[in-house]
Amino acid sequence: MEEKKELGAEPVEAEETAVAALAALAVEDGETPLDKNVRLMSPTRMVLRRFFRSKLSIVGLVMLVTLFLFCWLGPTVYHRWGEIETDRTGRVVYQEYEAGTEEDPFMQVIVTDKGINLYAEPSAGHLLGTDEKGMDVFTRLMYGGRLSLTISFLAVLLTSAIGIVLGGIAGYYGGWVDNVIMRICDVLMCLPTLPLMLIIGTVLDANNVPSEYYIYLLMGILSLFSWTGMARLVRGQILFLREQEYMVAAEAMGYSTPRRIFKHLLPNVLPQILVSMTMSLGSMILYESTLSYLGLGVQIPYASWGSMVQVISGNNYVLQNYFNVWGPPGICIIIAVLGFNFIGDGLRDALDPKQRR
Amino acid sequence: MFKYILKRLGISVLILLGVSFLLYALLRCMPTDFVDSKILQFQQSTPEGVTEEFKQLMYKTYGLDGNIIEGYNDWLSNFCLLDFGKSFVNQRDVLSEIFSADKLGTSFMIAAIATIFEFLIAIPLGITAATHQYSVRDYVVTILVLIGISLPSFFFGQMLKNIFAIELGWFPPAGMSDESRTYVGFAKFMDYARHMFLPVLTVVILFIGGRMRMTRTNMLEVMNSDYIRTARAKGLSEGKVIYKHAFRNTLIPVVTGLAGLIPSLFSGAMITEEVFDLSGIGQYALDSMMQGDIPVIMTYNMFLAFLSVMGVLLADLMYAVVDPRVKLA
Repeated sequence: MEEKKELGAEPVEAEETAVAALAALAVEDGETPLDKNVRLMSPTRMVLRRFFRSKLSIVGLVMLVTLFLFCWLGPTVYHRWGEIETDRTGRVVYQEYEAGTEEDPFMQVIVTDKGINLYAEPSAGHLLGTDEKGMDVFTRLMYGGRLSLTISFLAVLLTSAIGIVLGGIAGYYGGWVDNVIMRICDVLMCLPTLPLMLIIGTVLDANNVPSEYYIYLLMGILSLFSWTGMARLVRGQILFLREQEYMVAAEAMGYSTPRRIFKHLLPNVLPQILVSMTMSLGSMILYESTLSYLGLGVQIPYASWGSMVQVISGNNYVLQNYFNVWGPPGICIIIAVLGFNFIGDGLRDALDPKQRR
Repeated sequence: MFKYILKRLGISVLILLGVSFLLYALLRCMPTDFVDSKILQFQQSTPEGVTEEFKQLMYKTYGLDGNIIEGYNDWLSNFCLLDFGKSFVNQRDVLSEIFSADKLGTSFMIAAIATIFEFLIAIPLGITAATHQYSVRDYVVTILVLIGISLPSFFFGQMLKNIFAIELGWFPPAGMSDESRTYVGFAKFMDYARHMFLPVLTVVILFIGGRMRMTRTNMLEVMNSDYIRTARAKGLSEGKVIYKHAFRNTLIPVVTGLAGLIPSLFSGAMITEEVFDLSGIGQYALDSMMQGDIPVIMTYNMFLAFLSVMGVLLADLMYAVVDPRVKLA
């Protein structure tokens, strides 16, 4: 098995074949070989075992599964209100005044039909009350979650794709290609993100982008500026792995470049990529909600967690009196980001080859 | 060494050129710039409207008459002569606008105080977490770290403001100082401190997690190295091993990291300033952005870009100074 490794088979695979060979040996022998007391496990299983041993990762997993079920199954179960449906049942408000004189008393009643039932208290009709436009907070929480989670997944996929390809090219080919890509990285890292998004937001506004697609476009453009971290990570790993013996062997065996990259290099960078992607899912949700809070993200009337918190921006009255409107979306953001971070942390520990616990 | 620094400086100039061109091009892409809205104002105030020549004259006065490349050339040649221009909005010198005590000063104060507290709290906590790996202490610190980096700044800031300023009334909810009274001496300082407390607390809690995690990882790496095993084998006390041998080496990345922190001291916390209604540089940059005040935005962002490029270079140089094993090539 040592030879196999040297000959350029990818280490993970080599280990697997070794495990299979040992197991076959055990069956053939009939008797107990040395491994009777040794549990044979594939690397994947070992990683999974380490992952599930950590309580934090399980907590994170539970948090996220609950959120996903809430957002995607929620609206099918609880469909009293739509995402952008205003509660027009309204309340008729009676204000009574004592009027008239001592001898001729009469009551004056002012009847105001409020039309829209806004800032309603939590009740059976509205589990979390209604917001400033009379829309059901609980329902918007579910639809907003769909949007926030979908967007962060798409954005992370896009940034990672760009980062992996460019970082891989830079690390593998080196020389002037590496130099050019890394300088582009440096330039992009010097650009301030939030002001940049403000400019792009106004440009999108001027071009009359439909409000359903607005946030997707904005996050897409944000991805074009934020792939630098991933590219650096991949480049660093590939620079290190390129010099390893098994890569030299792969080259000596005359394997084609795509085979060397995709079969031998990438699987060994994958652990770091996975951890970084999980962590950046959390930070993308934070980005999206911050943009929405600044009024740049999801456009009215559609909901996202960030835009639901926006009602308290510069409005101390709502901040003080209507926690049921702005609290739940904020808590949802924290749960989602925390869940991704817990899982990322657990994955990092589980995938760390130095750790053998 | 000298050659290395020269090479790095050359690259830095290239990077700054790239940043400035991208920013300028993006700013000029903004649909309604400052001059447009100015012309619109004139159009509304004068009954006969404005002539085409007047419009051209306006664009020329503000240096926006050419296309993006020409405009960028003009801007660059002025910038190289250290002529940063005047703010479109109030015609004041850009430098005195940005580098004023109530804008950059405020943001710098908040960031500096917060950074000091972050390090004071994060380093001891990170070290105990590392020396007691897998203990209850380690888990508590790790969970706190993860919670800290998961908080959305706007939500957390508003929460603090709601609880401590509005409900309990311990701290003022907004602003820099109590305008209804005039304090002198120590009372003035206390008033200022009371206003700064919540913003600083927000920033500290949001960023402490990252620092704590960095210290913990570094310490773990050092604790696993050979010379620590040697120190233990020599029979040194655990306290000596940790604080004399390990701790000093943990400080290497912390010290070099300090250089990388320079830009963050000046960048201002846009969201925190918005929440607590402070007149910091973050708010000012946001306002200038909304008004299309090109000289201000360009100068301020180039200042930040310059700081971050220099910060990276300085961090690399410090690394070689602090750690004799590192050689720059």
